[in-house]
Amino acid sequence: MKLGFFMKEAMRSMRRSAAPSFAALATVLVTMLVLGVFIPIVQATNGAANSVRGRVEVDVYMKTNATAADDARVQSELLRLPHVKSVQFVSKEQAYQQQAQADPQAYALLGSNPLPDTYHVYPDNPSNVLAVHSEISGTGSGGSGQLIDGSIQNVSNKQTDTKKILEVTNLVTITAAVLTVLLALASILLIANTIRLSLYARRREVEVMKLVGATDWFIRIPFMIEGVIVGSAGALLAIAVLAATKIALLDPLASNWTLIAAPRTIGFSVLVVVLLAAGTLVSAVGSGLSLRRFLRV
Amino acid sequence: MPVTPAGHDARPVAAAPAVAPVLEFRGVSKRYPSGDVGLEQATFSIDRGDFVFLVGSTGSGKSTVMRLLIKELEPSGGTIRVAGHDLSEIRHKRIAYYRRNIGVVFQDFKLLPTRTVYDNVAYALQVTGGTRREIRDKVPDILRLTGLSTKLHNYPDQLSGGEQQRVSIARAFVNHPPLLLADEPTGNLDPETSVDIMRLLYRINRTGTTVLVATHDQAMVDKMRRRVLELSQGRIVRDEATGLYARDETTREFARRMRQPSTRPDGL
Repeated sequence: MKLGFFMKEAMRSMRRSAAPSFAALATVLVTMLVLGVFIPIVQATNGAANSVRGRVEVDVYMKTNATAADDARVQSELLRLPHVKSVQFVSKEQAYQQQAQADPQAYALLGSNPLPDTYHVYPDNPSNVLAVHSEISGTGSGGSGQLIDGSIQNVSNKQTDTKKILEVTNLVTITAAVLTVLLALASILLIANTIRLSLYARRREVEVMKLVGATDWFIRIPFMIEGVIVGSAGALLAIAVLAATKIALLDPLASNWTLIAAPRTIGFSVLVVVLLAAGTLVSAVGSGLSLRRFLRV
Repeated sequence: MPVTPAGHDARPVAAAPAVAPVLEFRGVSKRYPSGDVGLEQATFSIDRGDFVFLVGSTGSGKSTVMRLLIKELEPSGGTIRVAGHDLSEIRHKRIAYYRRNIGVVFQDFKLLPTRTVYDNVAYALQVTGGTRREIRDKVPDILRLTGLSTKLHNYPDQLSGGEQQRVSIARAFVNHPPLLLADEPTGNLDPETSVDIMRLLYRINRTGTTVLVATHDQAMVDKMRRRVLELSQGRIVRDEATGLYARDETTREFARRMRQPSTRPDGL
């Protein structure tokens, strides 16, 4: 109702006590910058880790004398197995073409096609790949000890590699999550502390206001508005710096370097909204809460 | 009203009028958490329009009385009544509204440093929801009354001590509260300026405002010859009106009398 009055109060106290307000603004700016750089990095890392996990598969090699009927039978058997999401068939001709492209000189020396028909079996969840492998090879706890179909030559045994991939990607994801939480916590504490210091410097003002008969909210609202202004200004400045960096440095690189373009990171506009909301909210709420201590006259 | 005379030339206070007193302390005690005694069984009452001095050395309990009156502290025992209302019935949320009825002046002025003189006084009106027109009417008026018309747009750090105290008094009085408290108002001021300040308080008292001044400026107290409540170690040891009031002095005569060298009666 008296928003205009409170806005003027907030502007006035920011003008006359510029240093503490500026300190709070700088704090918000720095923490938002760090967060703005860190969040996409964490997401890219997670994205890379996930895509590596996604390529985890079981390769099933058919015998070289397998017929089309054998192929079809094995394919339906594979699809019926639990935890199998999809099965990709690579015929021996296709396999030959792919490998020849990768290493033309070696394959030019070969006379006939030594490669078998291959099934790439993809599990629904990377952590189930070992279970699928043991199903197919029959080495699981309920298995017969034999390959599920006689036409299968062998099943790729990349177990050690697969295990390592899963472990490493898990570790990366967990570490990234922990770091993000710690960073967010540090940012909040830093902003709140700076705000508390600036309020401490003005505690006499608050005392006088209480003595003259101002209610708690009458005192609190201008400070919270100040928090909103400082928080959003700091966040906007950080966003401006990030945007400038992105346009100047990253976009030219993205065309050259697919690593940056490839993982799906949070869209820039979403990041902007997140940073702005975080900066403003923490400042405003921090101001309101920190003021409690000084309102107890 | 009963009174505890302690000096041999004390005279009893005039019989109380039928109206309820503005201020009433009944057996009020205040013990601080550190164990110090702020007040011990203090009992007195003050009527509307009185001008009362609260005297005593440091630590005698003068500030405790003031802080109890603005509800910065709660008493450990006894009752305090202001304008007939028991202070202990005022809930925490209503304290701000209660304080708007009391003007308070402190030794260290307690002005808002980031505001001009005008805005400092206006703040007291804004707090009560005063409109801009009200403020534009009342503030220049009160600043004229306190002799600060030329300093409207100065900041506190551009004013002398006396001027700052005037702003403080203007702010305390702009809402025309029924009660004005002054805790060592001349403590940071030189004797000449002190007279001006006391003259201002006397002028305010003449408008019908009850004024209570805590001070250890003995000369001032003697000269002004108003009712005196003396505290010592938390107890009231003297409550007397000298009866030598020159009640209807103008403020100019008052000031002239104050500037004369003090003559202490023999034997004191």
